[in-house]
Amino acid sequence: MDSDDPTQPIQLLTPDGRLVEHPQFRWEGSDEQLVTMLRQMRRGRRLDIEGAALQRHGELGLWPPMMGQEGYQAGAAAVLTPQDMVFATYRDQLLALARGVGLPELLALWRGSGLSRWDSATLQLAPYSLIIGSHPLHAVGYAMGIAYDKAHHPDDRANDAVSFVCYGDGASSQGDTSEALVFAAAYRAPVVFCCVNNQWAISEPTAVQAPIPLYQRAFGFGIPGIRVDGNDPLASQAVLGWAFEHARSGKGPVLVEALTYRMGPHTTSDDPTKYRPAELTEQWRAKDPIDRLQKLLLRRQIIDQGWLDVMDAELDDFGAQIRTTCHELPDTPVEEVFDNVVAHPGLDLLEQRAETLGWIATPPSEGDRA
Amino acid sequence: MTTLTLAKALNAGLRASMDDDPKVVLMGEDIGALGGVFRITEGLREDFGPDRVIDTPLAEAGIVGAAIGLALRGYRPVVEIQFDGFVFPAFDQIVNQLARYRSRTHGRVSLPVVIRIPFGGGIGAAEHHSESPESYFVHTPGLQVVSCATPHDAYWLIRQAIACLDPVIFFEPKRRYYAKGDVDLAAPDLAMQEARTVRRGDDLTVLCYGPMVQTCLDAAKSAAAEGRELEVIDLRSLAPFDMATIRRSVHRTHRAIVVHEAHRTLGPGAELAARLDEEFFAELAAPVLRVAGWDTVYPPARSEMHYLPTVERVLDAVDASFSY
Repeated sequence: MDSDDPTQPIQLLTPDGRLVEHPQFRWEGSDEQLVTMLRQMRRGRRLDIEGAALQRHGELGLWPPMMGQEGYQAGAAAVLTPQDMVFATYRDQLLALARGVGLPELLALWRGSGLSRWDSATLQLAPYSLIIGSHPLHAVGYAMGIAYDKAHHPDDRANDAVSFVCYGDGASSQGDTSEALVFAAAYRAPVVFCCVNNQWAISEPTAVQAPIPLYQRAFGFGIPGIRVDGNDPLASQAVLGWAFEHARSGKGPVLVEALTYRMGPHTTSDDPTKYRPAELTEQWRAKDPIDRLQKLLLRRQIIDQGWLDVMDAELDDFGAQIRTTCHELPDTPVEEVFDNVVAHPGLDLLEQRAETLGWIATPPSEGDRA
Repeated sequence: MTTLTLAKALNAGLRASMDDDPKVVLMGEDIGALGGVFRITEGLREDFGPDRVIDTPLAEAGIVGAAIGLALRGYRPVVEIQFDGFVFPAFDQIVNQLARYRSRTHGRVSLPVVIRIPFGGGIGAAEHHSESPESYFVHTPGLQVVSCATPHDAYWLIRQAIACLDPVIFFEPKRRYYAKGDVDLAAPDLAMQEARTVRRGDDLTVLCYGPMVQTCLDAAKSAAAEGRELEVIDLRSLAPFDMATIRRSVHRTHRAIVVHEAHRTLGPGAELAARLDEEFFAELAAPVLRVAGWDTVYPPARSEMHYLPTVERVLDAVDASFSY
């Protein structure tokens, strides 16, 4: 790999599990942290497999598979501090787990038994926005708030925060995403943009969105841009760590393009065989983020077959827990739908609420209707 | 009691809210050094600094989207949209994001964002500068929508809107910006969601808001000369409507007309006519009639007098109501 070519994504761990040097970036951490990363990625993947299966069994209405995209998420999870605020995509389930979102809250959205049920202010993970490209602006506004807070209370450690936003290659085409980059640059907001280029916006390859590598979009907005191998959790951690430090120290925003691949369909409603060759997917299977880290750890004897057996058993338990949680999720009570619209409802909304609850309590019989 | 123009009353209201709460920040295009194209924020950047009176890039979706993020961080952003027609680039951020956030988070996160929009015609402006887009927002669950008609209400409504936990779309009647009136700075006499009965009368209820309130009061004066006492209600709140005040009045007068500059089809008048029809069908002496802007694109300025409801058109609707 030519490390002088900036379009080559930064890589520290090769697909066959070997560490490589990079002139600017190196991964620093303990064996224990590597094991944590591997466990996180394997749990994330198990959740993903279970989610897709639950959808096939009719238990979830929809599931957006993330298989193959665990690398950059594990890297980000290693960089994030509790005071940072995360604006993830609806595919970033590993990040959600890492932020402490519980299984009931995570599954509710896809089962249709709730929307974003987790406590976003405590967990510092914003609710998912399903309108593509709408949330980078929220991340920037949040970062502007961090900067203002810091200006007034520079010694408060809570203000050493970064706003972190993930969005896809498709989202990079939305006007709101460009406006987010404009605002971030204008106010030097402490925000890190992570453009997750998984190469497919449903059926459209990234070439439909841009003729240039997406990290280069940053330059037109006047902010640094950099491309990382998003299937390499170590490089993702190193590059995002640099970007976070840049933002945290008041130097302004950074755009990191994490190059990865969506191994599965866009969602469980999609059929990728209609628009992409299986060979391409197989090429990327050889670059799997979990395989490469597992190979490294096995070769270095940090883990062994015994560890893997224990992990498999742990994941089976996790899978059972996911299924049980899903089956037991309560629906959203209809009064909650009314109560959550506004804090100060008008008379008319209260009347509609009463009417609806009345209907539910005493459905009219056939005789009444006649 | 002090006398102010509606523009100065808004300025005083913004200033008072910023004094009260350091989390209140203003955002918009040209609101800093220039004080806004209508000078509503004049002098505020000098007193509160550029971090609280934020000149933004020229991007309305960006302004509202960033305001959402600031609100998530604990701020109370007050956004200025320069002209009514310019709100549409921000429509997705308002309708899909701002309005739904509380529902999306199951009531956990409220976004106290105020979006100020100078609205309506009558100032001889260019295209997209004379629109009345309120129905879009009234139709959207999750928003409070209000409009002021007088300096006193401008001062208190903007303060109440900023204090409100919910997002508020705040419509300012731009052709009334320089109208003067008494403002009681001591205390508000109405809550944000309450309508104001600005003229008492037993013969017919006129429902209006914003720039049409003065037109309707002028019409009521003419009607009185002909022996008809109109009750004029300034709705002030369009989402929700103050149905209690409206019901009390129509229950007494048995006749109502609704007056607005917004397009007639699915305008606030359509909703109010439907509600009054559903509730008062048996006791209405006439159908609820609408006096509204036409279902046309807002006309070129030199033809706008034909589009805007006038005293004559209001009186014509009153005559029509009494002809039943």
